[in-house]
Amino acid sequence: MPPDERAVVTGAPRVPGLLAASLVVARKDIVIELRSRSVILSAITFTLLALTIFFFAWDPTAVASIDLAPGVVWVIFVFVGLLALHRSFGVEQPTRAIDALVAAPIDREAIFLGKLLANLVFLLLVEVVALPAAAILYNVPVGAYALPLVGIAVLAAVGLVAVGTLFAAMSVNTRLAELLLPLLALPFFVPVILPAAQASARLMSGRPAAEVAGYIKLLAAFDVVFLVVCTLAYPYTLEE
Amino acid sequence: MTDPSSPLAPAVSSTAPRGDAPSAQSSGQPALEARNVERAFGTRRAVAGVSLALDRGECLALFGPNGAGKTTLLRMLGGLLRPTRGEAFIDGAALPGGGATRARVGVISHQTMLYDVLTARENVQLAARLYGVHDPRAAAAATLEQLGAARYADTPVRALSRGMQQRVSVARAVVHAPAVLLADEPFTGLDASGAAALSEMLAELRATGTTMVIVTHHLEEALGLCTQAAIMRDGRLVRHDRAPVPSRDEYTALYRELAADAA
Repeated sequence: MPPDERAVVTGAPRVPGLLAASLVVARKDIVIELRSRSVILSAITFTLLALTIFFFAWDPTAVASIDLAPGVVWVIFVFVGLLALHRSFGVEQPTRAIDALVAAPIDREAIFLGKLLANLVFLLLVEVVALPAAAILYNVPVGAYALPLVGIAVLAAVGLVAVGTLFAAMSVNTRLAELLLPLLALPFFVPVILPAAQASARLMSGRPAAEVAGYIKLLAAFDVVFLVVCTLAYPYTLEE
Repeated sequence: MTDPSSPLAPAVSSTAPRGDAPSAQSSGQPALEARNVERAFGTRRAVAGVSLALDRGECLALFGPNGAGKTTLLRMLGGLLRPTRGEAFIDGAALPGGGATRARVGVISHQTMLYDVLTARENVQLAARLYGVHDPRAAAAATLEQLGAARYADTPVRALSRGMQQRVSVARAVVHAPAVLLADEPFTGLDASGAAALSEMLAELRATGTTMVIVTHHLEEALGLCTQAAIMRDGRLVRHDRAPVPSRDEYTALYRELAADAA
């Protein structure tokens, strides 16, 4: 082996900081998902199927599309989010790869933030497909308020993923993980879904963007609280 | 015999980026120490007061029947589990410690801790990045080469044999040249040639100053390699021999006797 390679291996390592380590973990999860496509394909398929089923079950003479579309979209995001979140820590399960992450010299919070970033990318990808699909199916003109709607979708995704990633970590080692994750996470999704649904419904019914500023601030506040609390709580989920 | 130029040699004095782990050589502390560590799960004590100390380059072979507490002890020494009582130290720094302390430890398990969708190279590079190795690509390539797994570097782990997966797992654990290597059943799934290659690699690591604890049922390989040997039962070290360790035949008889008692 050439001496320069030896120097590479034996040189002084520089332990990555919180952000760098989070990005390493997130990149790893995204690469794994792009290779296996186990979450994203099923999530997008579920989204499109659910939108279609709601569409055919909808009686346009009883409920206006403007009233129905926001609720349908947010219900779908919640369930798709649970689907992705359940898988999030599942990739480490078969070979206990989580132990390799925990043993590494990175902050344990970085594992959480990396997982959170990867989950956020997946959920945002689903939103990119779901929002236009819902607009077309339910004939909702979104052009005028696309920007605030995207902002609400991103803020809501951050909140859902922060809470969901923590509960996914807590439930992954349990026998009834599929049941436990929604039981734990759904009540905590309410403070995120409520302002997001209210704000998007008002926007879709043509109310001015200024009217939903309060909901957006509320969403942002919940995001900050959930991000901080869940990041700090995550290391305790690793204790046996 | 020490060969500090080996790619597997621990970077003893150069791995303290955050300053929480003084070098064993400079501090005079044991490289690895456990002081009366205990671990309980509910009312059951998996490890019930174990103390041990290993200097730099020493190797402890830890035997014992299933359920003796070996893996729990190793997880505490690796900072993966907090002791209920007592403390464990790497070069005088209490575990789990900060990043610099954990950067000095490598962990091998009977479970590979690999991502089966990723290739062998990607798995080892991931570990190198997490441990802050300067050039993860070169380090991964060098370590896989050293372990005879370079041919399979670009093969997804799921397509590799169990033995080759274990070699990749070892590469993942040593890519950052750890000062302390904790190996839990490292010979699991290896055929005779794989076990021989692993023994050779562990011997080289020891020769380069790596301190090791090897939990195994393979008495022959471990006793040939180690300077200390211990038998664990019911969470305690019921026998602990320092160099020269007893002969394989003697230890086999002892181990059988103790394992039979436990059963």
